[in-house]
Amino acid sequence: MTSAASPSSDVKLSCRNIWKIYGPDPNQYFTNRNGNIGSDEDASKHAAVIRDADHIVASANVSFDVHVGEIFVIMGLSGSGKSTMVRCLSRLVEPTAGEILLDGSNLLDINKEELIEFRRHKMGMVFQNFGLMPHLNVVDNIAFPLELQGMGQDERRKQAQEVIELVGLEGRESSFPSQLSGGQQQRVGIARSLVVKPELWFLDEPFSALDPLIRKQMQDEFLRLQRELHKSIVFITHDFMEALRVADRMAIMRDGEVVQIGRPVDLILNPADSYVREFTNDVPWELVLTAGDIADTSRKRAKGMGQISKNTNVATLLPYLADHEAGVVVLDENDKDLGVVNARNVVAALASGVMDPAQVTE
Amino acid sequence: MSKSSHLPYWIALLIVTLILHFFPGPFSALVKYPDSLVLGLTDPMNDAMRWFVDLFGPLFKAIGWLLEWPIKLAQWVLALLPWSVTCVIFMALAYAASGWRLALFALISLLYMACIGYWPQSMNSLAIVLISVPMAIGVGFAFGVWGFRSARAKRLIMPLLDLLQTIPAFAYLLPILILFGFGTTVGLVSSILYAFPPMVRNTILGLSSVSPTLIEAGEISGANDRQLFWKVRMPAARNQLLLGVNQTTMASLSMVIIASIIGGTNDIGWEVLSTMRKAQFGESLLAGFVIALMAMLLDRISYGFATQDRRQLSAGSKPKLPHYVAAAVVILWLLSLVIPFLAVWPEALVIDPAPAMNLALENFILNWRIALETIKNSAFFFLMLPVKIGLSQAVSPFTWGFALTPILVAIYAAICLAAAAWLYLSRKAGAAVALLIFAAFAYISLTNIPWIALLALFVLLSYQTSGTNLAIGTALGLGFLLVAGVWPQSVLSLYLCGVAVLISFSLGTLIGIWAAGSALVSSIVRPIIDTLQTMPLFVILIPFVMIFKIGEFTALLAIIAYAIVPAIRYTEHGLRNLPADIIESATTLGCTQRQLLMKVKLPLALPAIMLGLNQTVIYGIGMLVITALVGTNGLGQRIYIGLGDGDFGVGMTAGIGMAIIAIIADRITQSVSLKRQQKLGLKMDIL
Repeated sequence: MTSAASPSSDVKLSCRNIWKIYGPDPNQYFTNRNGNIGSDEDASKHAAVIRDADHIVASANVSFDVHVGEIFVIMGLSGSGKSTMVRCLSRLVEPTAGEILLDGSNLLDINKEELIEFRRHKMGMVFQNFGLMPHLNVVDNIAFPLELQGMGQDERRKQAQEVIELVGLEGRESSFPSQLSGGQQQRVGIARSLVVKPELWFLDEPFSALDPLIRKQMQDEFLRLQRELHKSIVFITHDFMEALRVADRMAIMRDGEVVQIGRPVDLILNPADSYVREFTNDVPWELVLTAGDIADTSRKRAKGMGQISKNTNVATLLPYLADHEAGVVVLDENDKDLGVVNARNVVAALASGVMDPAQVTE
Repeated sequence: MSKSSHLPYWIALLIVTLILHFFPGPFSALVKYPDSLVLGLTDPMNDAMRWFVDLFGPLFKAIGWLLEWPIKLAQWVLALLPWSVTCVIFMALAYAASGWRLALFALISLLYMACIGYWPQSMNSLAIVLISVPMAIGVGFAFGVWGFRSARAKRLIMPLLDLLQTIPAFAYLLPILILFGFGTTVGLVSSILYAFPPMVRNTILGLSSVSPTLIEAGEISGANDRQLFWKVRMPAARNQLLLGVNQTTMASLSMVIIASIIGGTNDIGWEVLSTMRKAQFGESLLAGFVIALMAMLLDRISYGFATQDRRQLSAGSKPKLPHYVAAAVVILWLLSLVIPFLAVWPEALVIDPAPAMNLALENFILNWRIALETIKNSAFFFLMLPVKIGLSQAVSPFTWGFALTPILVAIYAAICLAAAAWLYLSRKAGAAVALLIFAAFAYISLTNIPWIALLALFVLLSYQTSGTNLAIGTALGLGFLLVAGVWPQSVLSLYLCGVAVLISFSLGTLIGIWAAGSALVSSIVRPIIDTLQTMPLFVILIPFVMIFKIGEFTALLAIIAYAIVPAIRYTEHGLRNLPADIIESATTLGCTQRQLLMKVKLPLALPAIMLGLNQTVIYGIGMLVITALVGTNGLGQRIYIGLGDGDFGVGMTAGIGMAIIAIIADRITQSVSLKRQQKLGLKMDIL
């Protein structure tokens, strides 16, 4: 398991050695509540022991950090434990062992009242199947968390109205969930999760129940919202392409364990094992990789070279590189030189994902 | 009986039955259950009851006294209200629940009650319903929440509900009568007891079927336990809870009407019953119609609220309705002080078509006497008697026109054997054995069949459909009937109910198939069965008793009229709600309409149809007890006798016996449907 190194100062939520075991007596396997078994290998062995004893290991020794303002994606197939993880974070499911540090203090230590306060003010969550109250109209659904806080009707409707505009639901305020399309229902779900102005934003497969076109549209909306709001986000999905689109960093889970954590490009260029490679294989790399990802920083600008932003994807570069052997200068966000990309760099990067180079006969 | 592994048991049963019947010899104790082995349960039960009454009697009398007040209050209020005001209130309720059409129906119904001169009686019955419904809902909701919260409580509550809902309504009255003494309280208490179980079921179902995502969403939004319950779970379960209110209301009305048989109450149920006893069928029918209207009105209003769309609730115009209604009530009330016509329906305007109806009925019966007699007699001689006493005794020159000579018996046996052999050769061994057992039973008859054979038949059936547990349960339950000494009555009940169920089910399934294939038939049948289903049982008796007088044939028709409802409903529902892709693929494969029905639709709808059979049996048993009023023999009659004599032991053993039969029949038919559902991967719920 590779952990992306990051400065601890801006970590918002830190998940340490989280275990969730289902079975007759899950607690017997942990003498230590913090879930720290030792090395990753020890933890894997421990998980195997628990499985052999007919317990279900939904999460095994999961650790990751979510930074302030970051979109952290947990990606995995069904049964990989990703939904359990996000429920552990919100304590909808009580972890068997481990620590969840929010701004440095352990969420698992707080009592029920504090937990309710935490949920009322610090976090919001979006569900795959929306979870809208069928008996409330749009505005009251969105204001529901405020109602639970005991806020008066006028004030909460006013605040709800603000988020309604944010998610573009103006005009549907008095509709009921059953009258809305799936995409609109999820907008309500998103608005409801944002109405308390949370710092943490959890999204559990928010777009999986939607049609592909709507899904793409909602992903764009989501990214637009995040540019405005800068929440610290945990985003669950089973769709690798969706993960690539939205993630700042992502974790891939399998059988309750984290297989790899990193930026999307890290996963593509250096898949931890064949399981991760299975996902990256189908990715049209030239659309995902950017000039910045593959720039050769050791080489400097030469005379007559063109220049491009580091966010340009490789596909756009190809025609230029075909004609210019020397390559192109890559600029960072401050328009400073980052390095140079030429055709050879592109081929090398694309080649890193090829399984068996020996297929090429010399 | 398709499973070949069970066949040897059935063959053994057949052989044992024949041997015991024709050569009882030393085994006569197995043919007729010996009296010496009957435990006298009734006396100890009466003693126990007496002891209980001695101990707690005053307590119950005190409760009864307390309960009388709200009834008196409600009756006083309803009597005080000018009829015009009551009309407006009901119309407003009906309008809020459903719309103008129901409001109009409410108006017509109430006008009918006033017009026909049964206003006070109707209001007295309504008062008890109005008091009992909130109480039953309260009790039911409390138990429901308890059962929802605690799995242990649920395990305790559910079988109790089963028992409460299968013990015949008549049997309830007896202990309540003994404990509380005569009076309106009996109606109230029995209707609460009878009406709260559906509320419990619906509460548990509603609260636990709220989607987990919704609960999570509530938790995440920061709901504490109370908010989670009242703001998330309850509103989400609203419709199911209101469905419970609907069922509770209907059960309550039904019981209030039944409770009238203890007499002495000036209500509409008593009106029906007393006129029926005096053979004043016109009056009886008119009063019965009041009950029917009341039932339909209460049903439509409460059902309207239960299925109401939330959008209608929040629609802008409705909030003003209460103002208009309040205004109308005040104005009408004031007006009624000045205009007496609006306060009390004037005697002069009461219409009494009863004498004319009685006359018409007499004429009808006189003119059609021969036809009616023929129908009654042929049903009796060719259907009921053979089942009751067997072909061996029913066939005589007097009834069938020829005697059952040994040669004829031999021919009968030969035909049956030949048919069985043919079935066996076409690889239907199960059907062959079933045919032979049926033939043997038809020859010997239910009442003459050795008790051990009948018991074994049901135990085997339980074993085959469900397994060892049900087989043991069946054996124990039927054992109780034997030991308690009510076996002969049980067999009589079984006979009447069995014939009725068989006819209802066959006829109902056919009508259901027809209705599923034709929108026209469906649109005619639907309202009829809807109405029959909401009808308090008693009312169904009236038309049949009018024409065919009292007797088993009348009872049979009444049971069929009621029990045919689920058979039609489930068949149509099952056939209409099949997966569309299967029908499409069968059609593209080249099925004709007939093949589609026989080879695709019916097999797929079988679980629904079997569930219909289950409900047919339950409805049949429910009605069977009521038919004791028109003079049937069997358990129902024993309950009735127990009620009349205040004999707790007699009434209760028969009541429990009836419950046992109902539960066994329910479990067997239900597991047939369940097995079928699992095989097809479908899920069917009771409608």
